Amino acid sequence: MASSSNTNSGHYFVPQPSHWPIVGSIALLTSAFGAVGTMNHFGWGLPVLLSGLGILVFMMFGWFGSVIKESEGRLYGANVDRSFRWSMSWFIFSEVMFFAAFFGALGLARLHVVPDLASIDNKLLWPEFAGTWPTTGPYIDSPFTPMGAWGIPAINTALLLTSGVTLTIAHHALLKNERSKTITWLAATIVLGLVFLGLQVYEYIHAYSDLNLKLTSGIFGSTFFMLTGFHGFHVTVGAIMLAVVMLRLMRGHFDAKHHFAFEAAAWYWHFVDVVWLGLFVVVYMM
Amino acid sequence: MASVPHDHTHGHGHDAAHDHDHHPTGIMRWVTTTNHKDIGTMYMLFSFVMFIAGGIMALGIRAELFQPGLQVVRPELFNQLTTLHGIVMIFGAIMPAFVGFANWMLPLQLGAPDMAFARMNNWSFWLLPPAAILLISSFFVPGGAAAGGWTLYPPLSIQSGIGMDMMIFAVHIMGASSIMGSINIITTILNMRAPGMTLMKMPMFAWTWLITAFLLIATMPVLAGAVTMLLTDRHFGTTFFNAAGGGDPVMFQHIFWFFGHPEVYIIALPAFGVVSQIIPAFSRKPLFGYASMVYATASIAILSFIVWAHHMYTTGLPVAGQLYFMYATMLIAVPTGVKVFNWLATMWRGSITLETPMLFCLGFLFLFTMGGFTGLVLSLTPVDIQLHDTYYVVAHFHYVMVAGALFSAFAAVYYWGPKWTGWMYEEKLGKIHFWWSLIAFNVTFFPQHFLGLAGMPRRIPDYNQQFENWNMISSVGAFAFGLAQVFFIWVVWRMATGKSGIRAAAKPWDGAEGLEWTVPSPAPYHTFETPPVVK
Repeated sequence: MASSSNTNSGHYFVPQPSHWPIVGSIALLTSAFGAVGTMNHFGWGLPVLLSGLGILVFMMFGWFGSVIKESEGRLYGANVDRSFRWSMSWFIFSEVMFFAAFFGALGLARLHVVPDLASIDNKLLWPEFAGTWPTTGPYIDSPFTPMGAWGIPAINTALLLTSGVTLTIAHHALLKNERSKTITWLAATIVLGLVFLGLQVYEYIHAYSDLNLKLTSGIFGSTFFMLTGFHGFHVTVGAIMLAVVMLRLMRGHFDAKHHFAFEAAAWYWHFVDVVWLGLFVVVYMM
Repeated sequence: MASVPHDHTHGHGHDAAHDHDHHPTGIMRWVTTTNHKDIGTMYMLFSFVMFIAGGIMALGIRAELFQPGLQVVRPELFNQLTTLHGIVMIFGAIMPAFVGFANWMLPLQLGAPDMAFARMNNWSFWLLPPAAILLISSFFVPGGAAAGGWTLYPPLSIQSGIGMDMMIFAVHIMGASSIMGSINIITTILNMRAPGMTLMKMPMFAWTWLITAFLLIATMPVLAGAVTMLLTDRHFGTTFFNAAGGGDPVMFQHIFWFFGHPEVYIIALPAFGVVSQIIPAFSRKPLFGYASMVYATASIAILSFIVWAHHMYTTGLPVAGQLYFMYATMLIAVPTGVKVFNWLATMWRGSITLETPMLFCLGFLFLFTMGGFTGLVLSLTPVDIQLHDTYYVVAHFHYVMVAGALFSAFAAVYYWGPKWTGWMYEEKLGKIHFWWSLIAFNVTFFPQHFLGLAGMPRRIPDYNQQFENWNMISSVGAFAFGLAQVFFIWVVWRMATGKSGIRAAAKPWDGAEGLEWTVPSPAPYHTFETPPVVK
C-alpha cells in the first residue's frame, strides 16, 4: 500500500479536456426524469429512462475507451498507478457502506422493530402478532415460505467461492505472463458468475411462483429482495468488468507488470464474494 | 499531450504561450475542462447561485413569519420552502463552496499539478447542475416540491407526490458527485504531495479535507441506501418504514442520522481548516498545537459516527440509549474545545491585524462557539425533549452553519480571492460586508433562541401572537442579511474584474504560510507540473 512516504516525485499525467463527463451528466439527468416519469405512470417515462440509460452506456464506452487508450499508450506512470489503487480501495469502501445501510436495516428490523411490534406496547393494536422471524409484519396477510439456505443458496455460495479461486489462479498466471492460461481461468470465473446469476433468477422465479415470497412480503421480503437484488446487480457489474478485462487480454493488453484493471476487477469480485457470504449467513441461514 | 514534461519549477514562468494544447474555448472550455482551477471556480459560482436560490427561499419563509397569520405563501408552499431551503443550502451551497476551495487550493498547497483524477473531477462538478435542475423544477410539478423537511422523514415522505421522487434522484446524483469528489480529494492528498511534504507537514486545510472526504465516502452511500428504501417503499411495495409490514418509520431516522450527523462535520471540518489557515496568517504566528489539531479533527470525525440518535430523543428511545447518546454527544465538546483553545492560543501575543478574512474568522470563532454551546444544551436529553423541533434548534444550527461554515467560506474568499483573481478586494468594502453580515446575522438568529425557549415550533407557517415581536425582528434581520450578500456580490465583482484597482502580490499577506503563496497572483493556469521540494 502507498504510505505517507509516497509523494508525487515524477511527472503526473493530467488528461486533456473531455466531453465524456457532460455526456454522463446528461445521461443521469435524462434517466432521473425518465425514472420519475416511469414510477408515476407517465407514458413518456420509460422511453426517456431507457434513452438516459442508453446515453450512460454510450458514455461508459467512450470514457473507459479513452482510459484504456491512455493506459495502453503508457501515459500512466507509477504515481497514477498508485492513485488508481487508492481510488479503487475507497470506491469499494463506499460500496461496503451502501450495503451496510441495508444490512443495518435488516438487523434493526429483526432485533428491534419486529419484537417491539409484538411487545406489550402494541398488543392493543395487533393482539395476534407474534413477532417471530420471518414475518410479513402485523398487517400484511400473505403467508410465504422463506428461502431455505441449503438448496440453491448453498450451491451459489460454492460457485462464488470457487470463482474466487479460479480468479486467483488467473492472476497468478498473469503474473507469470501466461496469457492463454490467464484467459482460460478468467473465462471460468465469468462462467461461474453467470451460472450464479442464472440460479439467482431461477430462485426469484421459484420464490414468486412457489413460495409466495415477494418484494411486497413485508419486512422479510423487502430486506431479502433488496439485499440479494443489489448483490446480484453488483455481481453483474463485476462480471462485465471481468469480461472487459478478458477481452483486453485477448487483444494483447496487460503484462505481468501492468495490469491494474485486472486487479481492480478482481478486488471488486472478491468484494461481491464477501458480501455474498454475509448475505448467506444473515439472510438465508439465520 | 499534457504529459509532455516542462522545465518549470515551482510553477513560475508560465505564460500564454504555454497553452499549446488544443483547449476548447468559450463555454466548451468550462464544460470539458480538466483543470482544477476552472473546476474550482465553477464549484464556487454554482455554490453562490444556489446560495442565492436557497436565500430567496429563506426570505420567503421569513416574509411569511413576519406576522402571525397567513399572508405571503400557502402552507403547502411554506413546507416546500423549508424543505428545499435546507437541501439547497447544505448540498447546493455550503458543500460545493468548500469543494471549490479544495479544488483550487489543495493542488496549490500540496505542490501537485492537478487533482489526481482531473476528468472525474469535471464530472463531480457537472453532476451538480442536473441535481439542481431536479430540485428547482420540482416546485413546478403537480403537488409541488418535497415538503417533508430536508430530513425526508417517512411517513410524510412516502405519502407525498412527484416532487419527492425528484428529490430522491437529486440526492442520488449529488451523492455520486460527493463520493467521486471525495475519492479524488483523498487520493490527491495521499498520493500527490510534493516530495518532502509529510502528512504532518500538510496545511491544516488539507488535513481537514482528508478527514472530511473520509466522512463523505463513509456516509453518502448510507444516505443513498436510505433514500433508495424510501423510493421502493413509495413505488414498489416494500415496507422498510411501514409498521404494518413489520418496518418502522423510526428506522429511517436511524439510517438517515447515521449519515446526517457526520454530515454536520462534513460541513464544519473544512471550515475549521480554513480558519486554521487564516488565524495564524493574521496573528503572524504558526498555528498553536498543530498535531493536537490533527488529532482533534480525527476525534471529532470518529465521534460523529456514534452520536446520531441525539437527533431522536423524542422518538421513544430507551432511557439507556438516551443516556448513552447524551454522554457520547457531550464528548464531542472536548476535541472541539481543543480546537477553539488552539485558535485562541495562536492569537495569544501575536501581532494581530484585522483584515476582512481575520474579521470573519473572529466572527466565526465567537459565533461558532456559541452555536457549539447551544449544541451542548441540546445534547442534554431532558432539555432536548422540551426544545426538540422548536426554534431553539433552528437558532442552534444556523449559528453553526451560517456563522460557522458560511463565515469561514467568506473568510476563504477574501483570503484566497487575491490568489484566484490577481486583484485585492477593497478592505473598506470587505469590512462593511463583515460588520453588516455579523449584525444582521445576530438580529436574525439570536431572537430565535428566545422563540424556541418560549415554545415556538419550527416548520410551521403560522404562530401564536406572543411570538410576534421576535419574529418581526428576526425577519428584518434576515432581509438585511440577504442584502448584505448582494453587497458581497458587488465586492467580489470589483475584485474579480480588477475594478478594485489594487494588484495582488504573489503573497499579499505577510504572515501567510504555504506553497500557494509561492506562485504568482493570479495563479497561472498550470502550476507545479514538476513538483517543488519541501524541506
